Amino acid sequence: MTTTLPRTDVVIVGFGWTGAIMAQELTDAGLNVLAIERGAWRDAATDFAPTFAQDELRYYWRHELFQRLAHDTITVRNTRGQTALPMRRLGSFLLGSGVGGAGVHWNGQVWRFLPSDLQARSHNAGRYGAAALPSDMTIQDYPVTYDELEPYYDKFEYLCGVSGKAGNLKGALQPGGDPFEGWRSREYPNPPLDMPYAPTLFAKAAGELGKHPFPHPAANMSRAYTNPLGVTLGPCTYCGFCEKYGCGNSSKASAQTTILPVLMKKPNFTLMTETEVLKVNLAGDGKTVTGVTYLDPSGQEVEQPADMVLLCSYITNNVRLMLLSGIGKPYDPVSGEGQIGRNYAYQITSSVNVFYDKEILNPFVGAGALGMIINDYNGDNFDHGGLGFIGGGYVGVLQTGARPIETHLAPQGSPAWGADWKAAIARNYLRSTTVSTHGAVMSHRGNYLDLDPTYRDVLGRPLLRMTFDYTDNEHRMSDHLTDRATEIARAMGGREIKVNRRVGSWDVVPYQTTHNTGGAIMGSSPSNSAVNRYLQSWDTPNLFVIGANAFPQNAGFNPTGTLAALAYHAADAIKREYLKAPGQPMVRT
Amino acid sequence: MALRAPGFGVGTMAINGLSRRGLLSAGVVVGAIPLAPAGAETFHRPPDIPWRPDAAASPTVPKRGDDFLYFTAVEQAFVQAAVERMIPNDALGPGGVEAGVPIFIDRQLAGAFGAASDWYMQGPWAKGETTQGWQSRMTPAQLYRAAIAAIDDAVQRTSSTTFAMLPAADQIAFLKRLEAGTASLSGGIDPAGFFKVLLQNVMEGYFADPLYGGNRDMAGWKLIGFPGARYDQRAYVTTYGKAYPLPPVGILGRPGWRGTEG
Ligand SMILES: Cc1cc2nc3c(=O)[nH]c(=O)nc-3n(C[C@H](O)[C@H](O)[C@H](O)COP(=O)(O)OP(=O)(O)OC[C@H]3O[C@@H](n4cnc5c(N)ncnc54)[C@H](O)[C@@H]3O)c2cc1C
Ligand code: SF4
Repeated sequence: MTTTLPRTDVVIVGFGWTGAIMAQELTDAGLNVLAIERGAWRDAATDFAPTFAQDELRYYWRHELFQRLAHDTITVRNTRGQTALPMRRLGSFLLGSGVGGAGVHWNGQVWRFLPSDLQARSHNAGRYGAAALPSDMTIQDYPVTYDELEPYYDKFEYLCGVSGKAGNLKGALQPGGDPFEGWRSREYPNPPLDMPYAPTLFAKAAGELGKHPFPHPAANMSRAYTNPLGVTLGPCTYCGFCEKYGCGNSSKASAQTTILPVLMKKPNFTLMTETEVLKVNLAGDGKTVTGVTYLDPSGQEVEQPADMVLLCSYITNNVRLMLLSGIGKPYDPVSGEGQIGRNYAYQITSSVNVFYDKEILNPFVGAGALGMIINDYNGDNFDHGGLGFIGGGYVGVLQTGARPIETHLAPQGSPAWGADWKAAIARNYLRSTTVSTHGAVMSHRGNYLDLDPTYRDVLGRPLLRMTFDYTDNEHRMSDHLTDRATEIARAMGGREIKVNRRVGSWDVVPYQTTHNTGGAIMGSSPSNSAVNRYLQSWDTPNLFVIGANAFPQNAGFNPTGTLAALAYHAADAIKREYLKAPGQPMVRT
Repeated sequence: MALRAPGFGVGTMAINGLSRRGLLSAGVVVGAIPLAPAGAETFHRPPDIPWRPDAAASPTVPKRGDDFLYFTAVEQAFVQAAVERMIPNDALGPGGVEAGVPIFIDRQLAGAFGAASDWYMQGPWAKGETTQGWQSRMTPAQLYRAAIAAIDDAVQRTSSTTFAMLPAADQIAFLKRLEAGTASLSGGIDPAGFFKVLLQNVMEGYFADPLYGGNRDMAGWKLIGFPGARYDQRAYVTTYGKAYPLPPVGILGRPGWRGTEG
């Protein structure tokens, strides 16, 4: 028996970064907002107290804060010719769960995409000729420009109190910042974090090679900060238990430390936790949504009618909920038709370790986004002529904290155990660091998301199926980045280096990044996208799909700055336009 | 289960009533975790007090002491011998056995990790590509049991003894064959697959917080110079090239890390 509740203005599905942003904005507009989160309530001060937050086994290796795969997972395969099998243990990415979502255990690396990243097709075809883009590379332009997004990037950075140094203020280059970045309307809200030794060794070597190092923009506070909502974050203590962990100091921006203290007090906001949305309900004519059906904590199905539904449940869950709810047309990789599941993309990473004889680097001192970076090889900041690929990534030394189960580096040729291994890590732990590369993945015809024909979740519903592999474009690009990283690593003055290239097919086992993108992308018309420039569904205009699902392809940066900017951009349009004519598409075709 | 694994929110459950682990499957399947009835406070939360008082979930400390809870005597002998070869006791400091790694693994297998309670364990089962990751039908606890028996079988066939009784050099050679996947084991056990799990658990036992039973005397941390569960490193960010002055500390503190209770 399904109970039906009274209607509300807005239902938000999932209460991580995007859910909290949209709830804050739409309650400001006077709407009654109900957010539904399937994980538990979590508060920074009590749930990640510094008396026990620094527990590597519990939080990383036993996945305390992540999605519980026993409940539902994703099936994976590299190509359509293979049978997808379930991701039985977490690996390549760490899906979030609970209030704050993955934003609780993110690093706080806050990036803007390059202006040209948002015009990937027209920019690259313009510079290198249309023939430079392989026929199965399905990249396209974002239907918004950098100039349009700038105020919203700025808004998120000030919400989070990002520590950094501007490189381009309204077109004027700034010493010490990133000369390649798009223009900014103002300086970062906080100065850069203090820099530990290893990143400075990288910056020195990169600078001597003619590159342009600058401090990584960080949502780890370089000083106490009160954001525009009046919420105060404390200074980061460089504890080194940051990425994959909650912050015990309220020093890392998350929904909890930036929005919730204000949002939770609003009378027109309600949060339900431990409650899973099962589907979005369609009206009889299929042209609007009527609300959602959820499972309450006691296992009862409840129908919640709403004028507007916002999917904010992370890209994989957003796409799966659309497919389970019958919204839009599923993508078919053979015909290339259908939009739901199309253009799934990811990230490609590699690294070079540097070992010193004498230099003590204390790698356990760290913060999620602490380091020195170069963007000389990101996006189209360099000439790709004759290289055989497009796109790029950043290169740098990020000192996130060397927790020892995860990080105990040993030189090339060292065994993984035994007396020689023991001697190698004893000698090198304090004296080693890593230059990492973080590269873009373009979208390709054969990389997509759909529903698995075989595997089910605990409720008996089909799992999401991910068909994904790197193509030549990604491997060539990553090799190019790795070669550049190797040159800088050699110049860092260590005893020896070890190069860790990304070879072969995408592998679900080793952790890479939780930067999944696409599957319900934004575009200029229903023929090339699932949602319009305001993240509004073309098929059911009172449904908005918020998150990295909207990226037509990925860029060489972490996604949250851009997906948050897109969320703010959508919220503004909802407030200014949509509410004047609810249920109407904001873009006419 | 005699022992609730630490760090899996079992402690959370006692405190919260409805745990973050149980909630996702509340009233549905997965059975393993008994659920307290959903309190009204877990539902439509009043907007002013959205949290439960005292929701903080400090870690659950596993049973102390040197008695094995999961491994049989034969299995203990294997694990002790393998751990001693993988992290030997030498001039650099205590090895894995002295650091309590076998007890750590035992406690893990007796708890939620051993039962794979967090993993997706529904069929159908297939081997798949290596890029598709773990596809074994066995839980870690079952895998250790089956693999140790298969290893002792294999040693028995060639040397008429058990792994634990082999000379050190032969043990090392056998472990290398497991690692390379060239050892042939009965019962369909994938030697390299088991070795990966074993190696990971040995590293965990050597480097995890001592509260889980391994890393005794913070031996793993002392070996490499990791200062443990410290939270304020501001004074050491820009002390370039200088040695870190503080000794390691565990979550349960320093002197009390190896209590005698339990
Ligand atoms: C270890 C790690 C490090 C990262 N570091 C960075 C970084 O430094 N920089 C960066 O830009 N990005 C980083 N990311 C990615 C970043 O966390 C995400 O981009 C961001 O959190 C996405 O926001 P979201 O709102 O789309 O999803 P989330 O924040 O994950 O929130 C989604 C929420 O929806 C809930 N939900 C899902 N399904 C349902 C359902 N059916 N019903 C109800 N609720 C549901 C989930 O439980 C979850 O709480 C990192 C991620 C991880 C895991
Ligand atoms: S490094 Fe800083 S921001 Fe990150 S968890 Fe520690 S104190 Fe918080």
